[in-house]
Amino acid sequence: MEAFTKHTGRAVPLRRGNVDTDQIIPAHWLKKVTRDGFEDGLFEAWRKDPEFVLNKAEHKGGTVLVAGPDFGTGSSREHAVWALQNYGFKAVISSRFADIFRGNSLKNGLLTVVLPQETVDRLWKLVEADPTAEVTVDLVDRQVRAEGITADFELDENARWRLLEGLDDISLTLREEDAIAAYEARRPSFKPRTVEV
Amino acid sequence: MGRTLAEKVWDDHVVRHAEGEPDLLFIDLHLLHEVTSPQAFDGLRKAGRTVRRTDLTLATEDHNTPTLDIDKPIADPVSRVQLETLRKNCAEFGVRLHPLGDVEQGVVHVVGPQLGLTQPGTTVVCGDSHTSTHGAFGALAFGIGTSQVEHVLATQTLPLAPFRTMAITVEGELPDGVTAKDLILAIIAKIGTGGGQGYVIEYRGSAIEKLSMEARMTVCNMSIEAGARAGMIAPDETTFAYLEGRPHAPQGADWDAAVAYWRTLRSDDDAVFDREVVIDAAELAPFVTWGTNPGQGLPLSESVPDPASFEDASEQLAAEKALEYMGLTAGQPLRDIAVDTVFVGSCTNGRIEDLRSAASVLSGRSVADGVRMLVVPGSVRVALQAVEEGLDKVFTAAGAEWRHAGCSMCLGMNPDQLAPGERSASTSNRNFEGRQGKGGRTHLVSPQVAAATAVLGHLASPADLSDAAVSTPVGA
Repeated sequence: MEAFTKHTGRAVPLRRGNVDTDQIIPAHWLKKVTRDGFEDGLFEAWRKDPEFVLNKAEHKGGTVLVAGPDFGTGSSREHAVWALQNYGFKAVISSRFADIFRGNSLKNGLLTVVLPQETVDRLWKLVEADPTAEVTVDLVDRQVRAEGITADFELDENARWRLLEGLDDISLTLREEDAIAAYEARRPSFKPRTVEV
Repeated sequence: MGRTLAEKVWDDHVVRHAEGEPDLLFIDLHLLHEVTSPQAFDGLRKAGRTVRRTDLTLATEDHNTPTLDIDKPIADPVSRVQLETLRKNCAEFGVRLHPLGDVEQGVVHVVGPQLGLTQPGTTVVCGDSHTSTHGAFGALAFGIGTSQVEHVLATQTLPLAPFRTMAITVEGELPDGVTAKDLILAIIAKIGTGGGQGYVIEYRGSAIEKLSMEARMTVCNMSIEAGARAGMIAPDETTFAYLEGRPHAPQGADWDAAVAYWRTLRSDDDAVFDREVVIDAAELAPFVTWGTNPGQGLPLSESVPDPASFEDASEQLAAEKALEYMGLTAGQPLRDIAVDTVFVGSCTNGRIEDLRSAASVLSGRSVADGVRMLVVPGSVRVALQAVEEGLDKVFTAAGAEWRHAGCSMCLGMNPDQLAPGERSASTSNRNFEGRQGKGGRTHLVSPQVAAATAVLGHLASPADLSDAAVSTPVGA
């Protein structure tokens, strides 16, 4: 996984709550068998509207998405995270994320930052008034900074460490081989099996 | 202090616990399908890894599969490649697969339980958010992303952050015509699409205990629509009776040992939940959604709400956008909403009881003129059972289309889709914009409401039919 320490970029204000993963990447895109090439599918339906925020010239090249509450609800599709990253986003800010989306984002190095809606409102106003305003998302200091705004955010220490180091979860778990084997040895015989081995 | 059901199952699966780190949890059953697995198998290949426990892994084809002409090559080349990729991956890594055409093929969340693989006290994962379905058995079951799919394939474990617990207690009797689907839609409307965020929900109370296993699966299935990590129901005699004799249920001494363990899987009397919600079953009614998220629902007897009636500014905005997308006007009675398509199926309502329920309403009646009704069984086994009972004849005699098993119009990854502007009454789980096809408009309903709606051509419950069937010419 790509490490995340600090990122500074322009922000895109997405004034919508309950942005579900079907909006982030519609199902017909999920037929692809790769992790890349999803950028054109990002918010595909909404991008047909010329007034949609991603279509506005002043927000082109933004790398920090600032969205309403309950971002990433619905399907577990990790393609939603890949689509945001393929398009160029490095971080998403919202007052609340759906659990599976959040887990997926942190496993791919897309930093999802939880801030109070009041702070989200201030960020929206700032970048709508001045689309060139830059927003810094700092994982080292666990802080979001923009002109007139300094907001601390929380992220559990373990997830933060994995992101800062860009660690691969599977390699970390494989170090626990002894513990896994010991657990397997004590599993009851009545547990289901899909095939006899 | 006592422990909740979810905490007991969690504790029984901890491989490694260390302060300040996520617990490493063992996974008893890993279900796979074609959409969220290809990149995971690729990851294994690149790292030179194998599938650690092929005996705890099962794959089926469901999301992309056509429901017509299944004996012919799949017309959509991209879908075909994805299914072929799953077949190649399963062959290469030694994973049991039930492909299109196989008698055990079907929607992954229908297949696991019917094989008896989903059992109380197990941990079940799948790269699919509706894995919460399996919680109906007292399993801790949740959807995961593709990175986690790869992680489970390689290690049979997952590092997981702790969860909070929520009890949703439903006491009393569900009124006639009110189903598990109406119950869960009402729950989601009450707590909101984010209300369950971070929680494992345990559904309990006398109304839950009276539900069949299939109805319990419908409830747990949509836990994710309330944002919950998982939904669970304590196993009881209903659960044991459902499991006994299924192909992968324990047998002989193992059965006795398993049941003895399963009986311990109840929240202790002194267990404390982080949040409790109480619902009176008697107050529930047939429920439908009017908006573009599953929390935007109301009893069928009500009218489309006025966005201004919402206190919260973001909910007002969401309601405005939803009405615009759905082509609805505030104040319009929900019963006046005419539909073009009715879909009965999905991991929410594609089981045999759901088909029986829809067929009982359709029997001797006809689908209204201009309405297309698709009935898609959740699995081949469900289809065979339905045929044995003559349900397929009831559907086709009424003018509905009887299709092959799969996810179908729930998410429209196969050709079963709504056209732009088309409106459906659907027994599936999501009414998101474009979910059933670009520009399609979805109203989530129970199988009974779906069938009554098909007959009358507008949102309706079976109670609306008794007069209508007599006084109104069929198809009007």
